[in-house]
Amino acid sequence: MLRTNRRTFIQGATALGLASTLPRAAFAQPTRGGRLRAAMGHGSTSDSFDPALYSNFYMRAQTFARNNMLTEIAPDQTLRGELAERFEANATADVWRFKIREGVEFHNGKTLTPEDVVASIDYHRVDGSKSAVKSSAESIAEISIDGPWVVMTLHEPNADFAYLISDFHFSIFPSENGKIDFSEGVGTGGYVVESYEPGVRTEFKRFANYWKPDSAYFDEIELLTVADKTARITAIATGQVDIADRIDATTASRVESASGVRLFRTSGPQHFSFAMNVTQDPFTDRNVRLALKYAVNREEMVEKILGGYGSVGNDHPIPSSSPYFNADLEQHSYDPDRARFHMKEAGLDSISTELHAADAAFTGAVDAATLYSESARAAGIDIKVAREPNDGYWKNIWRNKPWAASFWSGRPTADAMFSLTYASGAPWNETAWNNERFDKILIAARGELDEGKRREMYHEMQKLVHDDGGAVVPMFADYIVGLRDTVATPEVTGNNLDLDGLRFLERWWMA
Amino acid sequence: MNPILILIAKRLGLGLLTLWFVSFGVFFAIEALPGDTAEAILGQSATPETVAALRKELHLNQPALLRYWNWQIAVLTGDFGTSLSNGRPVSELIGTRLGNTMFLAGMAALISVPLALCLGLLAALWRNSLFDRLINAVTLTSISMPEFFIGYVLIFAFAIRAGILPPMSAISPTMGLPDRIVFTILPALTLTLVVVAHMMRMTRASLVNLLSLPYVEMARLKGAREMRVILFHVLPNALGPIVTVIALNLAYLITGVVVVEVVFVYPGLGQLLVDSVSSRDLPVVQVSCMIFASAYILLNLTADVIAIVSDPRQLHRT
Repeated sequence: MLRTNRRTFIQGATALGLASTLPRAAFAQPTRGGRLRAAMGHGSTSDSFDPALYSNFYMRAQTFARNNMLTEIAPDQTLRGELAERFEANATADVWRFKIREGVEFHNGKTLTPEDVVASIDYHRVDGSKSAVKSSAESIAEISIDGPWVVMTLHEPNADFAYLISDFHFSIFPSENGKIDFSEGVGTGGYVVESYEPGVRTEFKRFANYWKPDSAYFDEIELLTVADKTARITAIATGQVDIADRIDATTASRVESASGVRLFRTSGPQHFSFAMNVTQDPFTDRNVRLALKYAVNREEMVEKILGGYGSVGNDHPIPSSSPYFNADLEQHSYDPDRARFHMKEAGLDSISTELHAADAAFTGAVDAATLYSESARAAGIDIKVAREPNDGYWKNIWRNKPWAASFWSGRPTADAMFSLTYASGAPWNETAWNNERFDKILIAARGELDEGKRREMYHEMQKLVHDDGGAVVPMFADYIVGLRDTVATPEVTGNNLDLDGLRFLERWWMA
Repeated sequence: MNPILILIAKRLGLGLLTLWFVSFGVFFAIEALPGDTAEAILGQSATPETVAALRKELHLNQPALLRYWNWQIAVLTGDFGTSLSNGRPVSELIGTRLGNTMFLAGMAALISVPLALCLGLLAALWRNSLFDRLINAVTLTSISMPEFFIGYVLIFAFAIRAGILPPMSAISPTMGLPDRIVFTILPALTLTLVVVAHMMRMTRASLVNLLSLPYVEMARLKGAREMRVILFHVLPNALGPIVTVIALNLAYLITGVVVVEVVFVYPGLGQLLVDSVSSRDLPVVQVSCMIFASAYILLNLTADVIAIVSDPRQLHRT
């Protein structure tokens, strides 16, 4: 929204003949220098440099500052090589070759070699690995070195493998005798870690010999963990920090009204859902599921729960920013008559059911469930909202009650998102949905290198989930960040994650 | 031998025993919590194999009693171990945080103890006057409000409205003393507002109690002025209970400030303890709890010694 606003503003300004005075600031070229202070809501004293155990957004931002991966998700959502100068797959997408960039230097002066790459990937796939990305790493059957190339052979074809390897856990560290050394956080990234107190702060200095041109503009960075959201807001309002993330939708407009502060919104893959277990009554009937999908007022929810900072969902997990988003799909909207129609199809006069929610699922989940209950009443559907305790919600309620509120931060690819939550037998299949056709094309799409065919497959999968699936996905929530006028952002920023794909330390600069 | 030294030695011995009990209690309390470090660290991405691998690496697969025994032996040899969740030495992790906590507690004590004593003295001197009632009402109001609320009010007044103090107290080890003081003023003031009432009212009550005794009457008849009566005749006898309350409040300043740390983003020991409990990081929790327990034991001991020295009769009562 912010970017469109600015763009429309400039178009208007150009039309008025103000062009000569305005665009200089708006399209400013990146400038080197300055000290950035950023406050993030994530980060804990239990964090460490160990790439097997990275877990939160703070560690992601820190990792992208000090390390590089083989590949990188570019601001326009395409994939490009990072430490891999080039990468290619064979025709069946089960052998991947990465040409390692030459002359890249680690912070300690060591030169990057293919051996470092192999050791860094192997760290996650050795026997007894405790890595969070062990399952991805285990899809690799064999890694070998061929001159400047690292060759990975997979157990099964995967056209998304190069995306998978862009995950921040697959940071490339310096190695010796096949063992990586991450103890000091030494990488090839744009910033050297000067000091790190887990759960408090990281101090960075720019790495003078950084290989990547046109990036890492700040001289120094102070990356703080500020868990308390009020503290983040006062810090940005008083100018103690330049960036504060995780601004609540309810307070966003007040933050924006502080002088010198603007909001930066990312419409990414983060979405909320109400997951019905399709193996339990009354949700076993497809028509009941459809009736419920037509009984929710999505626009009202976006307005009231997200304060307008979000967009309506269409009962599948693929965000409109994804290249595989199916725009031709009919948008499910609030339609009590259609809900009644589907109820009749199911042979029912009314539906009475319980929706379990707690704010642990997402901020405002209980209120959202109440809104749902109100809007469904007009269709003759009686939804009782069962308010659950926050503590233990994910363990005791989610996936244990037939219908419960849930939250997904999203995954970089359509394949990852579908495999995680909608494939039958997937560990987090919250709806227990089991669709043969869906499973079949999900696997086929993984090995399909033809973009056109692949897109068609993902479109069909979205349609299947949309028509038949058990999840009501009413809304996608924006990430909201407060920025001071001291910080400038590029025209195109990544929306695969918060804060320019969490690569803001490398891509943004001081205004 | 000096009976006071004997008393101190005895109490220190008992203190060590208390610490041992505390460590035992803390260990099994953490054991009783559901989940362990391996599960807590891996969180959502945990699979049975990775959890097992991490458990093995951290020796969490050993029986609890054996782990407790090993920990105890290591501590007795001066080795506090390494954090389970990030592999850093516990002494290093706790060192800076402890320093920060002590700094904040010290600042708060420097402001609150003299303030409470003075207010208590004046309230006793002018008891039942308008001043007495006003100061009682004000301190009671401030102690009745939750810490985070006081913190936010102070931030609003001094950081946002007046703009003279920083709202965040994220001090760093490289910061100079003057900067540190400026950054710590708001949390120290918050804590002051929380602890002053207790100390001030105790001072006033102990003084007022003694003021009705015959020897005070005698002093007055002698012609001593009221201020002199309070400072030289009454205060020494009232010191015991006052010092005990001060010690209690100082211990609170060291151990009970998590909320203030969160509101002001102050990197103290409290936040470390909370994080460590949620990640079930036993070595860090143990040492933090030992430090807190020691603070209570030592401060109480000091209070008793001061009470006895100020009133030698006490020695024969124990």
